[in-house]
Amino acid sequence: MHRFVTATVLSLAMSLPAWAQVSIDDPWVRATVPQQRATGAFMQIRSAVDARLVEARSPAAAVVEIHEMKMENDVMKMRAVPALDLPAGQTVELKPGGYHVMLIDLKAQVKEGDVVPLTLVVEGKDGKREEIALDAPARPLNQPMQHQHGKPHKMH
Amino acid sequence: MPSSFRGLILLALLAFMLAACSAPEAPRFNAANMTGVEYGKDLRMQDADGKERTLADFRGKVVMIFFGFTQCPDVCPTALSRAVAVRGMLGEDAKKMQMVFITVDPERDTPEVLRAYMLAFDPDFVALHAPLARTAEIAKSFNVFYQKVPTGDSYTMDHTATSFVFDPTGRLRLAVPHNMPPELIAADIKTLLATTR
Repeated sequence: MHRFVTATVLSLAMSLPAWAQVSIDDPWVRATVPQQRATGAFMQIRSAVDARLVEARSPAAAVVEIHEMKMENDVMKMRAVPALDLPAGQTVELKPGGYHVMLIDLKAQVKEGDVVPLTLVVEGKDGKREEIALDAPARPLNQPMQHQHGKPHKMH
Repeated sequence: MPSSFRGLILLALLAFMLAACSAPEAPRFNAANMTGVEYGKDLRMQDADGKERTLADFRGKVVMIFFGFTQCPDVCPTALSRAVAVRGMLGEDAKKMQMVFITVDPERDTPEVLRAYMLAFDPDFVALHAPLARTAEIAKSFNVFYQKVPTGDSYTMDHTATSFVFDPTGRLRLAVPHNMPPELIAADIKTLLATTR
């Protein structure tokens, strides 16, 4: 399934108004079990101009943070980052093993097939902020790392 | 270097080579070989049904142990999904593999949450929990690191993402990196099942 959300950012820093586009592709949220209070949202973000993802919000969770997952000496570490750079024309992937939008203090169980509304706040170089609303469907908790976009691993 | 010392080295080398030739070929693994390392000797924890479990309960099976927490959006569900894939690849031998999830967050991972979480992956998976102090002892006995990290009003957990594999006799054999693909793990488990006496 592909959802395509396009937003426009009006840049006032230039002599001519430039139209920037931020597109969100393939957003999804990992489903939860009852009483599980947190989960992650994943997607691909592409901005036509240099920008930063500075905030995420959702009515489904009390706290929403942009997180980076890192491995250090076999130890998994997750940290909130203040912003995620969106270099012009590059697809930035929020995926297991990298960045995700962390949904904390979920208000209810996220069941497979539920649609979780998300709002992303993207800031251009001129400091102007734009909000992008999108709906992320919930995929099963056991969604493997390599889903339909992944290539199968080869035996060595 | 004195010649007698050099002779000794040559002799040792010769002895080693002879031993290497006569010994049956040691199995080769994709994951790190931990044979001889004694982790988790006193593993004794409760499962989600309140039943006390030890490694001895799983004799005859290859046991794969992963430490994690259910509020984890990324590496924990990935490790459990991978174990589901491994069992799928084992075919008939799937019944000879036991996945065990040990929570490093027993305050939030109640038996109810753990039971539901395992069911979302594979009803045969076992989740183990213990009070905080006991959890710390168990993790230490596996050389597993974990710590609470505050985030917002809540907290997340840093933790070792390695899976540990025990052979059917209950001996630690392998440490599996978090990013090793299921095919390679399934191959290692087949090797363990074929070579463990």
